[in-house]
Amino acid sequence: MHSSKQPTNVLPGFNLAMGVTIFCLSTVVLLPIACLLLKAMELSWHDFWRLVTADRALAAYKLTFGASLVAALANAFFGALLAWVLVRYEFPGRRFIDALVDFPFALPTAVAGLTLAHMFADQGWLGRYLSPLGIKGAYTPLGVIIALTFVGLPFAVRTLQPILETIDTDVEEAAASLGAGRMRTFWSVILPTLAPTILTGFALAFARAIGEYGSIVFISGNMPFKTEIAPFLIVTRLEEYDYLGAVAIATVLLFFSLILLALINLLEGWASRFHS
Amino acid sequence: MSIKLQNVSKSFGEVTAVTRVSFSVEEGELLALLGPSGGGKTTVLRMIAGLETPTEGDVFIRGNRVNDLSVQKRNIGFVFQNYALFKNMSVFKNIAFGLTIKKWRTSEIQTRVLELMELFGLDGLEKRYPHQLSGGQRQRVAIARALAPKPTVLLLDEPFGAVDARIRQDLREWLVRLHHDLKVTTIFVTHDQEEAMEVSNRIVIFSRGHLEQIGTPREVYEQPANEFVARFIGVMNVLELEVLRGIARFGELEFPAPEIADGLKVRIGFRPYAVQVSGDPDEFRYRATLRHTFFLGIMLRLELELPSGLTLRARMTKEEYAQRGLEDGVHVSFQIRNYKVLSGGKSQLHHESGAQTEPPPAIAEGI
Repeated sequence: MHSSKQPTNVLPGFNLAMGVTIFCLSTVVLLPIACLLLKAMELSWHDFWRLVTADRALAAYKLTFGASLVAALANAFFGALLAWVLVRYEFPGRRFIDALVDFPFALPTAVAGLTLAHMFADQGWLGRYLSPLGIKGAYTPLGVIIALTFVGLPFAVRTLQPILETIDTDVEEAAASLGAGRMRTFWSVILPTLAPTILTGFALAFARAIGEYGSIVFISGNMPFKTEIAPFLIVTRLEEYDYLGAVAIATVLLFFSLILLALINLLEGWASRFHS
Repeated sequence: MSIKLQNVSKSFGEVTAVTRVSFSVEEGELLALLGPSGGGKTTVLRMIAGLETPTEGDVFIRGNRVNDLSVQKRNIGFVFQNYALFKNMSVFKNIAFGLTIKKWRTSEIQTRVLELMELFGLDGLEKRYPHQLSGGQRQRVAIARALAPKPTVLLLDEPFGAVDARIRQDLREWLVRLHHDLKVTTIFVTHDQEEAMEVSNRIVIFSRGHLEQIGTPREVYEQPANEFVARFIGVMNVLELEVLRGIARFGELEFPAPEIADGLKVRIGFRPYAVQVSGDPDEFRYRATLRHTFFLGIMLRLELELPSGLTLRARMTKEEYAQRGLEDGVHVSFQIRNYKVLSGGKSQLHHESGAQTEPPPAIAEGI
């Protein structure tokens, strides 16, 4: 297009910036996905179906998505609580706890997995008290959930926190002036307003959990059919030089992740229907 | 009597927001709490509502001491500056909120909400969400919501602060009509003296947490209790003069002050309309140059520069201006028809008070 026909933009370099962005996005995100799909197409439909519906694979998906869902739900709840406490209350050590929330971001996931596994093992710090009660945190699906909750927490907290900070307390006061008690105000006014953001935090924690690998391999024990997550199965297939088997499972993960993100987006849109 | 405050004070930590304020509001009154920001007026409103607890003193609503009564139980309607509508609820649900909590029957809620919506010109908007409304509509929803449970008193915090100037005027008139129709005791906070004068029956003026004066718009304009009120309500030229042999002087300006000892300082104020200006340089006693003319619609504001460098403000209609042959830059003469001793002297002729809330200006100022 001739430049004189374009509307003048205040910020210079839009074309260049846009070009670079698209290029980077393509190389880093779209190209690998395309390659993955291309590679998967080398399989016949029959083989593909056999690979992805093998019992071991099905068990792995179930664990990955199930544990991720539980962990993301836990994070949405506790993350919201934590964000609320951090924003709304002044207490000694608040800044320290605030900083601590980012810890799972910074900590290499392998370190987290190792630590958690040791803590929850039958002889571990916590495990020695929990095991007799029948709560086994290491080498069980519960361990997977614990690890996923750990890595996902910052997403839930950090998404909600800035929104909470901008919420005016006058809406709560308005509810009170109309006779509403604290609980009533929370359920009918505060929670519905925060719901879209809590959902976003949930979605991020969920997405993170589906992709998590490092922390889980240590705490889960990776027992096929029991505590083996889908990403670990991919690694196993690769180690067996079964590249196509790995690709098939990866394709399934990719597909479900996209569907889930789309669903959550729809849900967010619905929950924020009253926002401008 | 609807509401009474008795020696109410409020401190936030070290900061004292309100100091020993007492006043009462009659049933059905439309009262303005007026003052510059930080004057304590919003804190007073919030204490009436129960959103703040007084540090000292008592608040009474219809004769009952309500200090220990929570905001939920005071049966007040509060309209917040930014309306604080529940954005997750439709207009209908917003207005019905208080009624639902008071467990009205569904059919009664329906009737009451629709009645208010019609009265407020909101019919047909039941299903809209707050973000789909205009500023004026939002405000009306907020007021309808506050009024729905039939409160003892309607409290509004800067009700016209968040809308643009054009709608402001309509809303003021609308509020006056509404109050006339519903007769509910209404107290509103404003920093705009014009708004307070136009809308309210009585005005309570605050500055720095103190109650400066309470009275009808006319009273506070014509008989300001002190310099702060005089300058806050309307425009006033204020001069600080030194008394010499019974006359207070500032440059060429002289005011008789027979009662005041030599060397003392007095502060004198006069409204711009008290300054009579003529295009004939010899008609009146004092000379000046007309520096600027500001067009304020039907009235004009004139800025006079005296030979001593002092600037005074005068006011007149367009017709007078034309008749007297005035224009920017001409030499004029003027006189001061009446003035008020604001502080310093003990003149029995003039209303005065000791409260001096502003530092002495280098030139006469208007607000």
